[in-house]
Amino acid sequence: MDLIFLSVLIFMPTAGALVLAVLFNSKAVEPMRVFTVVVTAITFLMTLQLWMNFDPGVSGIQPEANGVSVEWIGTWNIHYRLGYDGISLPLVVLTSFISMLAALASWSINKLHKGYFVLFLLLETGMLGVFLALDFFLFYVFWEVMLLPMYFLIGVWGGPRREYAAIKFFLYTLAGSVLMLIAMLMFYFGSGGEFSILKLSAIGQGRVPGVQFDEFTQITAFILLFIGFAIKVPCFPFHTWLPDAHVEAPTPISMILAGVLLKMGGYGILRIAFPICPVGAQYGAYCLVAIGVISIIYGAFAALAQTDFKRMVAYSSVSHMGYVILGMAVWAVAQDGNIVVTSGRDYWLMGMNGAMFQMIAHGISSAGMFFMVGVIYDRVHHRDLNQFGGLFALMPLYSGLAAGIFFAGLGLPGLCGFIGEVFVVLSTWNFSPVLAIVAASGVILTAGYILWTLQRVYLGAEYKGPHADEITPMNAREATIGVTLLFMAIVLGVYPALMFDVMNGSMAELVDGMDAGLRAAQQSGASITMTPTP
Amino acid sequence: MTSFGTLLDRLIDDTLETSLCHFAPELALSGTIVALLLLRLFGEIDRWIPPYVTTLVGALVALGLCGTQLLDLLNGSQEAGEFFTGLLVFDHFGAFVRGLLALFLVLVVALTVLTGIPDREDGPDFYSLMLGSTIGMMIMASANHMLMFFVGIEMASVPGYVMVGFLKGNRKSSEAAFKYVVYGAGAAGVMLYGVSLLTGLLGTASLPELAARLTIVLGHSGGVGSAESLTALLAVLMVMVGLAFKLSLVPFHFWCPDVFEGASAEVAAFLSVASKGAAFALLVRFCMSLIGTDPGANPEFLTGIGLGLGVIAAVTVTFGNLAAYSQTNVKRLLAYSTIAHAGFMLMAVSALVVVLANGAAVPGFDVPEAARMCVEGLLFYLFVYLFMNLGAFAVVALLRNQTFSEDIESFNGVGWQSPALCICMAVCVFSLVGLPPLGGFWGKLVIFMSLFNIGEVHWFMWVLLVVGGLNTVFSLFYYIRILKAMFMREPAEGARPVEVPSAISNYALLIALPVLLLGLFPTWTTSLAHGVATWLIP
Repeated sequence: MDLIFLSVLIFMPTAGALVLAVLFNSKAVEPMRVFTVVVTAITFLMTLQLWMNFDPGVSGIQPEANGVSVEWIGTWNIHYRLGYDGISLPLVVLTSFISMLAALASWSINKLHKGYFVLFLLLETGMLGVFLALDFFLFYVFWEVMLLPMYFLIGVWGGPRREYAAIKFFLYTLAGSVLMLIAMLMFYFGSGGEFSILKLSAIGQGRVPGVQFDEFTQITAFILLFIGFAIKVPCFPFHTWLPDAHVEAPTPISMILAGVLLKMGGYGILRIAFPICPVGAQYGAYCLVAIGVISIIYGAFAALAQTDFKRMVAYSSVSHMGYVILGMAVWAVAQDGNIVVTSGRDYWLMGMNGAMFQMIAHGISSAGMFFMVGVIYDRVHHRDLNQFGGLFALMPLYSGLAAGIFFAGLGLPGLCGFIGEVFVVLSTWNFSPVLAIVAASGVILTAGYILWTLQRVYLGAEYKGPHADEITPMNAREATIGVTLLFMAIVLGVYPALMFDVMNGSMAELVDGMDAGLRAAQQSGASITMTPTP
Repeated sequence: MTSFGTLLDRLIDDTLETSLCHFAPELALSGTIVALLLLRLFGEIDRWIPPYVTTLVGALVALGLCGTQLLDLLNGSQEAGEFFTGLLVFDHFGAFVRGLLALFLVLVVALTVLTGIPDREDGPDFYSLMLGSTIGMMIMASANHMLMFFVGIEMASVPGYVMVGFLKGNRKSSEAAFKYVVYGAGAAGVMLYGVSLLTGLLGTASLPELAARLTIVLGHSGGVGSAESLTALLAVLMVMVGLAFKLSLVPFHFWCPDVFEGASAEVAAFLSVASKGAAFALLVRFCMSLIGTDPGANPEFLTGIGLGLGVIAAVTVTFGNLAAYSQTNVKRLLAYSTIAHAGFMLMAVSALVVVLANGAAVPGFDVPEAARMCVEGLLFYLFVYLFMNLGAFAVVALLRNQTFSEDIESFNGVGWQSPALCICMAVCVFSLVGLPPLGGFWGKLVIFMSLFNIGEVHWFMWVLLVVGGLNTVFSLFYYIRILKAMFMREPAEGARPVEVPSAISNYALLIALPVLLLGLFPTWTTSLAHGVATWLIP
């Protein structure tokens, strides 16, 4: 029953896409738009249903401890296995939420509507599948499935350099997934034929007698997986596809790209790389923290330098996703007798929770920022920051909402961006005070580029750029999207427990499981050296 | 005198009762050729029955016979064994490949009906050539003797030369045929020399006996490095040259792009799929005959061959993919893609030889299972490749009839004018790249799994795995150019909109659908392939 519900949830958009492809006349644009919004809204309601039924007291997988499954390819022990926990559920809800708003923002698409909406809905299926899959193989399939619609959505409906941006996105992600495939084969043969993420995690954490991934496997697989996921996050130095893809993609697709797709990288690390390879995670912890900090600072500086509004927002994503990597990786260890154990488990848990919260918060704020850019671009057809100004007088509601959303991105207390950043930076202190200071200073840079942007775009006496006469106030549809996003940003900022209550149990289990895995690996002979932390 | 009489009686019995039954699919095709030629001879008949109908009926009968044979073998109601006094062998592996060839023949003939190449006048000639070539390929798939080895290859090739030049009056087509003949003749000569060397050295031409004789010869002569072992190596190498030509492996691939460009897309599809399938079957048979029943007998000799194949595979894949970047003609691009795919499949054969030769030395390693997985991967790959490559060529042929061009640019904007056809192209192309959930993904995956697994036996397999992975990423870049033209470019000024009749789109769907189904539900085919592999490697 649960299996059917989850499958219907995942394939609801696909069914919608089929109906759209077969039954709708390609000239009937308005009905197609409304239909897509309805399908995404139904999907959103179904994910809310999952949220309502979620039991925060259970830290493992729900609705059943091993996920609900049916055999897919028996020869290789591949199952169609679904389930959710406190890590994936918020992302599932985020996916359907952002998809619904992006569908609502798709009125700006002005050619080949049918193809667009079909691909849009297929993309949603891929995203939901990634977050709900509990079989590594199924995860991989959904991960790839999502690539194809994305490639065409950027490549056909994008801006002037769309072909370049689309193929760059595709090549980067495909390269990452080939690495993931190799790691998958390592696990499969190392575990004696297992693809279930839960079983693999149990083996990786030394909870299955008789089978274990040795140190070499864990470290190699972790590196392969991390690169694969880091491309998606994206963190420095794998981030170069992101500005191009974001700038060229149409507004709703940018919203999805920033709001959901980037989270898949972080989710992959939390769901696959960390639990299966705790030794690898500890081995790379310092490197990951450094990559996180570099991404924060580098992204912020790069954002400061942009004159293209959308590119600025794109680099701010690199910077904000740096906090996610940073928060996950602050796994400090200390010598305890012969072995190395976690020190300051609660700080690490705090960092993990912060990282997870940051993913959700960034999903809302960055989707909002891209939407705000899209609204003004639809009117004036340019994105040059230096040619804006004075929009507050012309579009007061829009400017107010935009200011709110940008402040959420900045991390103003009371808005969603603040919670994640503060949790992450606080927990980093336990790992390395120096890096914590560097990461915290990123906040100043963030404030710098966001305030400067607000000043250049919304403040000033009058708008002097092109198409001044086409500037009209937001219409009701646009206002709905903006208000909804800002409302969520405020709710999460004021009442973060909404998320923490759901995710804390699963996060604590992950943290303890990895600690246990580290101990188990050392007892069976792995030699872990303490990473020096300045 | 009586003893000679009994011998003759036995021979007749054997031929009539066993051999001809086993040879039924080939006989059906031969009968079709005769029928085709006779129908034209007797005036009006071929007006009433177009040649393609006769061909289709013949091909379907052959397909049915192959299918029955395979089913009979699998459920045990027919025994595997040699026939025609040991010249050919009847087994699961051969039946599978022959079935594949017959299936492909049916689909290609159906395609030629839709595209109108050949016209009515030329029909009997063209179809006789195609049928004859298919018979040659079927013989390749069941060869059990060096003689049939050579006869099969030649019988498959010679009609191929003519088919390539079939577009009479087209200079490119004639040039392609000429190149193909010259290369083909050269390769055949080298191979024949290799065959005679090997036969002379080992004193037998029967494939099942090669391994045992090889062990004796190498044992007597003092092992690797001796004159005999070098001669044997040279002979094997020369035989491989002939096969490498058929498989268009680097450095024997030069004919492939020119021939594909000059030939019509239908013929190119035939050469690209059927000829590859048969040649791989023959390569596996040859390698298995060198390995024999006692795999550990000549480890160094065999490892050398296995690794050599691996190196060629790596070079072929990389070269094919890199050379495909700069192509502007779709058929040339697909020719290089064919080369690259041959490289991928060759990786499986390389792993097969390496693991059988050396696997026993690694404690606790399940050699037969690992070897079976290689064969399983190869067969599954061939099966998917049949559909995905035929689909790609079919779309090219069908669009050519509308746009009169085979340049990538001529596809600009076609995707939105005839979406069904181009979605089929997208499915085939993504399957060629190897993206899930399409069939091509499983083919690559099983081969990658084998490579990863056999990496424990020899580290070079891990190198191959990395090369294969990298090439998968490379290949995306040029395959996607076709789709980019179809979906992302505006049609040229004044170009006539392409409107494809629905019968033609349905054919493309018929080819693309199995690609998707094999991706979603590969179990049935993989277990069939596994069953066949289990018979080959008990």
